[in-house]
Amino acid sequence: MKAEIRVALVGNPNTGKSTLFNLLTGLNQKIGNFPGVTVDKKTGFCNLPDARRAEIIDLPGTYSLYPKSRDESIVFSVLADKAHEAPDLVVVILDASNLKRNLLLYTQVADLKIPLVVALNMMDVAKKDGISIDINSLSKKLGVPIVPISARRNEGIDELKKSISYANKFALQQDSIDVKSIAPQLVDAIGEEMQVDNPYFALQLAHQHETLTFLSEKESSRIEELELAHNFHSQKAQATETIARYNYINDLLYDTVTKQEAAQEESTSNRIDKVLTHRVFGFFIFFGILLFMFQAIFAWSAYPMELIEKLFIWMQTGVHSLLPAGPLTDLLADGVIAGLSGVLVFIPQIAILFAFIAILEDTGYMARVTFMMDRLMRKVGLNGKSVVPLIGGFACAVPSIMSTRTIENWKDRMITIMVTPLVACSARLPVYTLLIALVVPDRNLWWILNLQGLALTGMYVLSLVSAIIVAWVMKYILKARERGYFIMELPVYRMPRWNNVLLTMFDRAKTFVLQAGKVIIAVSVILWVLASYGPGNNFEQIEKKYQQPQYGQRMKPTEVQHAIASEKLESSYAGYLGHAIEPAIKPLGFDWKIGIALITSFAAREVFVGTMATIYSVDGNADEIQSVKQKMGSARNTETGKPTFTLAVAFSLMMFYAFAMQCASTVAVVYRETKDWRWPAVQFAYMAILAYSASFITYTLLK
Amino acid sequence: MKKLSQLQIGKTGIIKEFTDLEMSLKLMEMGCLPGEEIKVERIAPLGDPIAVNVSGYMLSLRKQEASTIILQ
Repeated sequence: MKAEIRVALVGNPNTGKSTLFNLLTGLNQKIGNFPGVTVDKKTGFCNLPDARRAEIIDLPGTYSLYPKSRDESIVFSVLADKAHEAPDLVVVILDASNLKRNLLLYTQVADLKIPLVVALNMMDVAKKDGISIDINSLSKKLGVPIVPISARRNEGIDELKKSISYANKFALQQDSIDVKSIAPQLVDAIGEEMQVDNPYFALQLAHQHETLTFLSEKESSRIEELELAHNFHSQKAQATETIARYNYINDLLYDTVTKQEAAQEESTSNRIDKVLTHRVFGFFIFFGILLFMFQAIFAWSAYPMELIEKLFIWMQTGVHSLLPAGPLTDLLADGVIAGLSGVLVFIPQIAILFAFIAILEDTGYMARVTFMMDRLMRKVGLNGKSVVPLIGGFACAVPSIMSTRTIENWKDRMITIMVTPLVACSARLPVYTLLIALVVPDRNLWWILNLQGLALTGMYVLSLVSAIIVAWVMKYILKARERGYFIMELPVYRMPRWNNVLLTMFDRAKTFVLQAGKVIIAVSVILWVLASYGPGNNFEQIEKKYQQPQYGQRMKPTEVQHAIASEKLESSYAGYLGHAIEPAIKPLGFDWKIGIALITSFAAREVFVGTMATIYSVDGNADEIQSVKQKMGSARNTETGKPTFTLAVAFSLMMFYAFAMQCASTVAVVYRETKDWRWPAVQFAYMAILAYSASFITYTLLK
Repeated sequence: MKKLSQLQIGKTGIIKEFTDLEMSLKLMEMGCLPGEEIKVERIAPLGDPIAVNVSGYMLSLRKQEASTIILQ
């Protein structure tokens, strides 16, 4: 699909840029990467009224072209990279209720002389705040078309599309400030050297040449030489520029925007803030919301999960009864279907968790959590902004580690990356739910708190506490490279955009199924093979052994079947592997069957459940298919005859899963974000040590 | 010489200058400019950071950062 025009969306954070992007492109969008950097590139297609197709690029939200974080640095790179990325047209989204600060970025982009259209969003909010904007006069002064829209209410989108299709091929905007006067000789010198005729482009090259990927090393060092020759001071030049731009903006707004001073009554946002960030209630409400979230995940997902489980048991029985008995049928029913069931059954929980996170982000509450927690987080070497990755870590460490790019400070960011995988992610949820359901009674304590829910909340709290302790230790190990900032906008409270919440839910559940599902099904099949075949003629010998008359006389036929299956598993390839690591994990209370699960789930934690399903449906009564939980519950230790999964074993196992780095995708993303193998290596090692010690202590205490 | 960090909750001041060039770049981009009115709206439950109303929106910053802003 080739686009005839490339359009980039540029704007401040919280201006409704993503909502507009979704409106323009619908579900017709994809997430890729910008070349050379690991910043998500959201692109989509939009059909214009003149029947052309436009490719829309959603650039990260930023307050200025001078980047403060890795995400922001992409904006200028894309706009300036004439050879590859540069768009034909830029749509600048401005928040009408906060025009002054929003116009700073506009003037910077405008001075690059790329054709522009302005989308003036949140006109409804501005009206409510008593702000009136003379759009015609503003448009004339700027020299660009301005389209008033309300992205949330889906108003003005058709007009914007028209404006995009009729936009001029040449940049007609007025100059904002006299760029040359900031560094006159240098701008000329760079312009000549680099064949650039736009003075602001030349000035930006002077500021940013060290980080721009499209410049060659030779070009970059030539710019550096010119800067020295012309005595260029980047910070001072930036200060001069920003002040000049705001002077221009003040002149601009003087007779185009009026604000009714009568509307001085306290804003709704302010009143909500008084409660939500209250000295005492603030924290209570935050922890209340977290508690509610986890109780809800348990309660609301119970029914759909049961349905999915039943469906798969029905499918498994169906396959067994319809297809002729044989290894292929077994592979399909006990390998593929059992493994698939282990993945799909957790979709309800993951969807609910991501819905909650999307709602908290969307309403603006997450920013308040950042605001309340910064002091606490700083004490342990983190940053208020680490709260978002840490809470996101409850869903999945991979996107959370990517979201640490918003943390400007290197040390804060590294520590956040190092501890985020400790937070109980949704892949651990299946493991916890299964083990808790197995050993913790489903009873209510007092009247509202469910014991199982309480145990799960306990695991989540433990994960946060451990992340904080590890962060505190790392604060003293890592050396700071630069000072940290915490200058952040607190956006106005808004109702969540429900279609955005639904989109996030759908998107994340899909990613989980596709990403985790592939690994889990592959591992399930490999595991089924490992568990169904053994080295040499082991299996034949077992069959032969039980054909001897003494077994037939002393045992019932079903008992013989059971003994054969169990002995076969023990002498299968999987059994050998499990046995090989048994000495190492025996102090933790694990037997060789759990050993198999530990081995298989080193790629992804949620494989545990699939593995258990395979192991226990291979082991024992294949004619009576029970759900995994029941199978594990009825599992007995072959030596003592007691249940395998006692309270001590189950909790020791949960500790292991809480601390160990059993996620190939996280290791990969940490490498990608740090560009150094030592980070994921150190992370893997410290988490392994923690996991072993915590399991050992738990088992010894509860035994 | 009064700093923003010394301003009490609910009080308003006018920005005069900055003591830290690097920090001032970020602050000015976010709308904290000399001559601009700035009001302390609230203080985080643990005493830091603070939230101020400036250029028509709510900005949060640490006390240490607020102490680089000198008021008239």
